[in-house]
Amino acid sequence: MQRAIALYDTSVGKKAVMAVSGAVMFGFVVGHLLGNLQVYLGPAALNGYAEHLQALKPLLWLVRFTLLAAIVLHLLSAHQLWVRGWFARGRRRYRVERSAATTYAGRTMWMSGPLILLFLLYHLAHFTFPGLAMSVGYAHSIGDVYANVVNGFSVWWVAVLYLAAQACLGLHLYHGGASMLQTLGLDHPRFGGVAQGIAKPLAIMIWLGNSSIPVAVLAGLAR
Amino acid sequence: MTRSMRLVLDVWRQKGPKDPGGFVRYEAPDISPDMSFLEMLDVVNEGLTERGEEPIAFDHDCREGICGSCGVVIDGRPHGPLTATTTCQLHMRHFQDGDHVTIEPWRARAFPVIKDLVVDRSALDRIIRAGGYISIRTGSAPEANDVPVPKPDAEVAMDAAACIGCGACVAACPNASASLFLAAKLGHLHLLPQGLPEKDDRVRTMVSAMDAQGFGHCTNHRECEAVCPKGIGVAFIARMNRDFLIASVASRHEVMAHRRR
Repeated sequence: MQRAIALYDTSVGKKAVMAVSGAVMFGFVVGHLLGNLQVYLGPAALNGYAEHLQALKPLLWLVRFTLLAAIVLHLLSAHQLWVRGWFARGRRRYRVERSAATTYAGRTMWMSGPLILLFLLYHLAHFTFPGLAMSVGYAHSIGDVYANVVNGFSVWWVAVLYLAAQACLGLHLYHGGASMLQTLGLDHPRFGGVAQGIAKPLAIMIWLGNSSIPVAVLAGLAR
Repeated sequence: MTRSMRLVLDVWRQKGPKDPGGFVRYEAPDISPDMSFLEMLDVVNEGLTERGEEPIAFDHDCREGICGSCGVVIDGRPHGPLTATTTCQLHMRHFQDGDHVTIEPWRARAFPVIKDLVVDRSALDRIIRAGGYISIRTGSAPEANDVPVPKPDAEVAMDAAACIGCGACVAACPNASASLFLAAKLGHLHLLPQGLPEKDDRVRTMVSAMDAQGFGHCTNHRECEAVCPKGIGVAFIARMNRDFLIASVASRHEVMAHRRR
C-alpha cells in the first residue's frame, strides 16, 4: 500500500494510472462498438445480444464497477496532472507560441475528455435511464433495443449530437491510445512500432464504426 | 563577399530576477549570412555598447554545439527553425533579409530568468545529483575491455549520452517537463553494465527529483524530440517509464530509495 501511494505520488505513476484506466475504457469502447455493430444484422441479432448481456447480470455489474473505477481514476489523475503541468509551465508564457510536433488531437485532450464525460451522461440518460433525456417523437420500449436505436437517431439533432461526440471520442483515442503505450513503456523495438502503428488506425476505425450507426439510421438504412 | 542582411529583433530584456521585463525592438543591420545566430547577437551588442547601453545577456560557451550553454527561443521554437541544431550552430543564412525575429528565454517555473535571455538551469543539475552517477571505487583506470559492452547497446547508449543538458526539451514542453532530459541520462546509464547495479534506485530517486524541482509531466506531444539539438527520441522516455514502473513495483530496496532523496 505504501508503495502504491509512493508510486501515485510521482508524475510517472499518475500517468500510469491514467494509461491503465484509459486502456480499460479503450477496451470497453471496442467491445461496445462490436456489440452495437450488430444493428446491421437486424432487430433479432441486436435484441438477442442485449438479452444475452442481461442474462450475465453478475458479470455485467463487475464490468460496470470496473468502468466506474476507471472513470474516477482517469478524471482524478488527469485533473491532478493538469494542475501540476499548468503550475510547472509558469506564469509567463511565450509571446510566440508555436508547436513543432503535436497533433490537433493531442492539443485538445483537455477539451475532448470533459466533452466525452458530458456525452456519457447524456448517453446513459438517453438509452439506459430513458425519461431523463427524452426527445420529441422518441418512444422507449424496454427489450426492443433495435427500435430504441432507430427511434433515437431518427431525431436529427440527437444524431448530430452523437456524431459530434464520436468525433471527440475519436480524437481522444487517437492521442490517448498511442500515448498510453508510450506511458507504460510498451515500445520495445520488437513490438512497439507495431502497437503504435495499430493504435491510431484503431481510433479512426472506432470513430467511423460508431458514427456509421446514426448516419445509417438517418439515411434510412436501418428501420 | 556575400550580401549583408538587415533584421528587426524583438528581444526579451529583464534587468534581474525580480524585474518584470519586457520586449525591446532592435535593428540588426549589416549581418552576414555566414554569421551564427550568437555572432549576430554579438554584433547587436557591440552597437549597444558603443551607444552606452547595456548589452543583451545570453548564455554561451563552446559555440560548437557541444556544451549545452546556449539556447534561446527564436520565433517560438527553442534553438530556432533548424532541426537538431543548437543556437550557436544556427546560421543567419537560414533567415531572410528583412525578417522580424522574436527572441525569448526558456520559459518554465523551474528555470527562473536571471537576466535577459539567461535562465537558471541548476534544477537539471539537482536532478543529476539525485542519482545521475555511478557509485564506484575510484582508483587507477580499469583495463578497457574488462567489461564487455555489446555494440548495439553501446550505440544506443551513445545516442542518449549525446544530451548536452541545454534544457530545450523543457522549454518546448507544454507542461515544462524534463522527461526527455532525465530519460536520456537514465538511458545512457542503464544501457551499460556499469549502470545496472543501481538502476532501480536511480530511476526512482531521479523521477522524484524531477517532480520535486517543479517540472511537469509528459503528455506525449513529442515537442521535446522535435527541438532537441541532439535529436534524442522519446523512445528513451518510454524506456524510463517502463524501468520506473518495474522498479516501483518490484524493487527490493525500500530504504535506499528514501535515503537518496
